[in-house]
Amino acid sequence: MDIKIKITDREGVQHEVDAPTDMNMNLMEVVRSYELAPEGTIGVCGGMAMCASCQCYVKSAHALPEMSDDEDAMLAEAFYVEDNSRLGCQIRMTEDLDGLEVELAPES
Amino acid sequence: MIKTDILIIGAGPTGLFAVFEAGLLQLKCHLIDALPQAGGQCSEIYPKKPIYDIPGFPEVLAGDLVDNLMEQIKPFQPGFTLGERAETIKKLEDGSFVVTTNKGTEHHAPIVAIAGGLGSFEPRKPLLENIGAFEDKGIAYIIKDPEVYRDKKVVIAGGGDSALDWSIFLADVAAEVTLVHRRNEFRGALDSVEKVQQLKNQGRVNLITPAEIVGLNGTDQLESVVIRKVGDTEGDRVLEVENFIPLFGLSPKLGPIADWGLEIEKNAIKVDNTLDYQTNIPGIYAIGDVNTYPGKLKLILCGFHEATLMCQSAYQRIFPEKKYVMKYTTVGGVTGFDGSKKEAPKAVVKAIE
Repeated sequence: MDIKIKITDREGVQHEVDAPTDMNMNLMEVVRSYELAPEGTIGVCGGMAMCASCQCYVKSAHALPEMSDDEDAMLAEAFYVEDNSRLGCQIRMTEDLDGLEVELAPES
Repeated sequence: MIKTDILIIGAGPTGLFAVFEAGLLQLKCHLIDALPQAGGQCSEIYPKKPIYDIPGFPEVLAGDLVDNLMEQIKPFQPGFTLGERAETIKKLEDGSFVVTTNKGTEHHAPIVAIAGGLGSFEPRKPLLENIGAFEDKGIAYIIKDPEVYRDKKVVIAGGGDSALDWSIFLADVAAEVTLVHRRNEFRGALDSVEKVQQLKNQGRVNLITPAEIVGLNGTDQLESVVIRKVGDTEGDRVLEVENFIPLFGLSPKLGPIADWGLEIEKNAIKVDNTLDYQTNIPGIYAIGDVNTYPGKLKLILCGFHEATLMCQSAYQRIFPEKKYVMKYTTVGGVTGFDGSKKEAPKAVVKAIE
């Protein structure tokens, strides 16, 4: 099934998009598939938690998968990091994330 | 001036494999890369990550793939201009090109193949308002010559391998080394983490964590940095330093190639995928992750295919009058420019009595 996700792009425009939960997709890939950030500015490392180009701020209170050491370490070196920062590539689309609201962090 | 047949911009897997395919056609290659080593993203971002979709390799580490490619192309003696970024391109009257790097190295070739991946890797700069004012005046993002730091007071920021490795190295060179990181934990090789721990215990590296550099002071040259440490009750501290080296990794930018008059779409170079991956400028090709066409997939294996077809087209461009038939390596073997020859062992024809 598809879930609804609200994504605010780097220009501040909010998009409500459908994200499939049955295709092993992560949030970074959802953003790319809807082209909400220019190619080459998001998902640079392909989703290995090694570049922070998919950093986003989680605005809703959804329970997210726990941060891996890799993600935690990458965020420790990224810029514009806030308490609610996560790497989009580490958030898999699952049914309990229906209604998730995120904002893309600035490009850096 | 460096002269070659195919000038390849970008020494990632696609660019490296292009050397092999060109070599089979007896074409020489020279590669330019902004990074100090070959391998592109495979070496820079994920050398220890396994790749599972290289045909014939059920599993191969990205770093090993690069080592293998280097070994494979060795007979074709490619030239390398590493640590320099291709900056400008000029088309000469005879249709050939001169590509000049940011350090002024000139390269001349009839064919240019851009295998630039996501672009050239540029250091990620911390978000400090006046950081630009101190670049090369105490602040450097890449250490080119460690001797610059001899007997100086140096502060390094970052939590990865390069921050650790340079802290270790400069502990023997600089008068004082301070390492600042936002976390207490570092992400690096275990050896490096332990070595820094040891140097800290010996008082040879001054470790400030979890902390961040939040300000820079100086009139002309950098004179001090402002460090904000989590839990510091007395507020920010000022550390007198002569050098600040922020090491926050690299991020790729398409860079100067974007201004070469090539048709760009979605941060990539449009090419003709029905034929030979040539760009809108005849003689300039784009292969691998840097190009785009309908149905493009940014996969190493697709880059290999694109490199192969590009070389065939380049050959026809360089030798329009020559007839050429593709030869299998199982048939023709591999004859290197270094005089080496690899070929299938000849079968013996002998009667069995």
